[in-house]
Amino acid sequence: MWEYTDKVREHFLNPKNAGEIEDPDGVAEVGSIACGDALKLSFKLDENKRIADAKFKTFGCASAIASASALTEIIKGKTIEEAMKITNQDIADYLGGLPQEKMHCSVLGQEALEKAIDNYRGVSHKKPEEEIVCACFGVTDGEIERAIRQNHLTSVEEVTYYTKAGGGCGNCHDKIQAILDRVLAAKRSEKEPEERPRLSNIQKIRMIEETIEREIRPSLQHDGGDIDLIDVIGNRVLVATRGACATCQASQITLKSFVEWKLKEFVSPDLVVEEVAK
Amino acid sequence: MRTVYLDNNATTMVSREVLDEMLPFFHDRYGNPSSMHSFGGRVARELSDARHKVASLLGADPEEIIFTSCGTESDNTAIMSSLLVKPGKTHIVTSRVEHPAIKVLCEHLAQKGYRVTMVGVDSDGRLDMDEYEASLTPDTAIASIMWANNETGVIFPVEEAARLARDRGIVFHTDAVQIVGKIPIDMKGNAVDMLSLSGHKLHAPKGIGVLYVRKGTKFSPFLIGGHQEKGRRGGTENVAGIVGLGKACELAAASMEKENTYVRALRDRLENSLLAAIPQSRVNGVRDERLPNTTNISFEFVEGESILLLMDQHGICASSGSACTSGSLQPSHVLRAMGVPYTMAHGSIRFSLSVYNTEEDIDLVIRELPPIIDKLRVLSPYWATERGACTTV
Repeated sequence: MWEYTDKVREHFLNPKNAGEIEDPDGVAEVGSIACGDALKLSFKLDENKRIADAKFKTFGCASAIASASALTEIIKGKTIEEAMKITNQDIADYLGGLPQEKMHCSVLGQEALEKAIDNYRGVSHKKPEEEIVCACFGVTDGEIERAIRQNHLTSVEEVTYYTKAGGGCGNCHDKIQAILDRVLAAKRSEKEPEERPRLSNIQKIRMIEETIEREIRPSLQHDGGDIDLIDVIGNRVLVATRGACATCQASQITLKSFVEWKLKEFVSPDLVVEEVAK
Repeated sequence: MRTVYLDNNATTMVSREVLDEMLPFFHDRYGNPSSMHSFGGRVARELSDARHKVASLLGADPEEIIFTSCGTESDNTAIMSSLLVKPGKTHIVTSRVEHPAIKVLCEHLAQKGYRVTMVGVDSDGRLDMDEYEASLTPDTAIASIMWANNETGVIFPVEEAARLARDRGIVFHTDAVQIVGKIPIDMKGNAVDMLSLSGHKLHAPKGIGVLYVRKGTKFSPFLIGGHQEKGRRGGTENVAGIVGLGKACELAAASMEKENTYVRALRDRLENSLLAAIPQSRVNGVRDERLPNTTNISFEFVEGESILLLMDQHGICASSGSACTSGSLQPSHVLRAMGVPYTMAHGSIRFSLSVYNTEEDIDLVIRELPPIIDKLRVLSPYWATERGACTTV
């Protein structure tokens, strides 16, 4: 027996908004009887273009019915733009969570919502460039990729829980693994440029010190000058000039065009060098 | 709330008489039957009694009975033993509708290089005997065909299948877990070499099973250890379980007629009433070659797990062959092998009765289930209430 939350049981036993809206503004059907669950979602907008009413019909298990019921409750009162931001995780969260094996029920809800909004906007939901990966359940590479990205999936098993892909004959497991490998590699490389500036303060100060020691001080000392690091506040690097530099008329140019430039290059492009009282 | 238990093919209640027989062996009579002292020796005599009772229900000799831990162990032992004693043979014949204890093991062996033929069934769940016969080859090490299917209750012509195997010198095993205690079995009069049964399907406890091995059948043990079961299954005996199983077999022999009259009548009334009250419902499996206690009914355009959970609100226990309850994403392999359409397969419910069910149990289901199906059909996009018929969306 599945471990359903009280909220899932409540929405299954007493579903909210069951039925169909006559003359709806947006309507969509997803899933199929062969796949074991199907959802028909319809909604109507009010004069302010907010979703005034939403109804569903579901063929499926308790969590499929509860997910559809939850979806209609979530989207009521929302604008189309707000509704478009709803993810399958929002549906699952609304229900206090779903068993992992049942997450595909929430994905079905998100798909129905997107398709119904497309229907309202008069655009085609079909993406012809997408290729069917799982023939048993008719799941495309695009759908699998989106589930991986949105829900941070890392294994074929998880992909099956969320999309059903691979849950039938199993012949597509290698293809799913290939999509996983590709998406996870892409996610890693997307992350890298973000990670570089995310230095802790201690790391940043240490790198500034090292850069001064290695790249800056030898040049200044060569000209009879020197520099001391006083403090680092955010991206402001506070320094004091010593020796020849302290009396040099060109020291401001040196600080900006040499010291700051070196620190930007070796530590972080956001750094600004300021001279403080000696 | 009263529990109406109609899931006896999953497991059964340990009957009071069985429990009473077992209880002394947990605390007062805890001796090891292998011991030299009389405290243990007296327990050994109880094991021998139980072995006789089990043998008697099967029409077997007591020494042909090996006690195991469960039906799965018996099934695994039978297959693995047959392969080990005939190392040159690499072919296994079985059916597409076996219990996972056989099916998954055979799939596993297929990956290890064995050739497995899974014989099909027709739309009524009957074994294709022509395909079966044609699949038996000189390379076949074992043929294993279940005697009765756990999901549909359909009984296979296992005695004929065993004869065909024996004619070709092939060892024949049957998973008889669902049929023992419900239909008379006489091992003296058939050609079955090995047979598995499970205690908890006939009102004995979980954790006790039997593998019958016909005298003269080459055998290689699965659990290797002590001399228990004449070295054919190592491990200290589950004394209480064996004693309970002995009692359960004795009771089953006595209640077999009731099973085929009283239980069959309850089942038929349940089935006929539901079919009459609920449109677009049908029975899966041929109706006149079935276990007397089992019915598998599909309710079109609704999903099994939802039906089960709504019945659960009324204390009714049953099973479903739907994807959501099978632990996989596809409906039961049995219904798929039968070619049951998806519209029907997802909404299949198995009721399996026992002698402990009452007319009131059946009345409750007949009263509560039709509105449940109605409620779910109103929710279903495939069901148009105003037309009372299906739509294709």
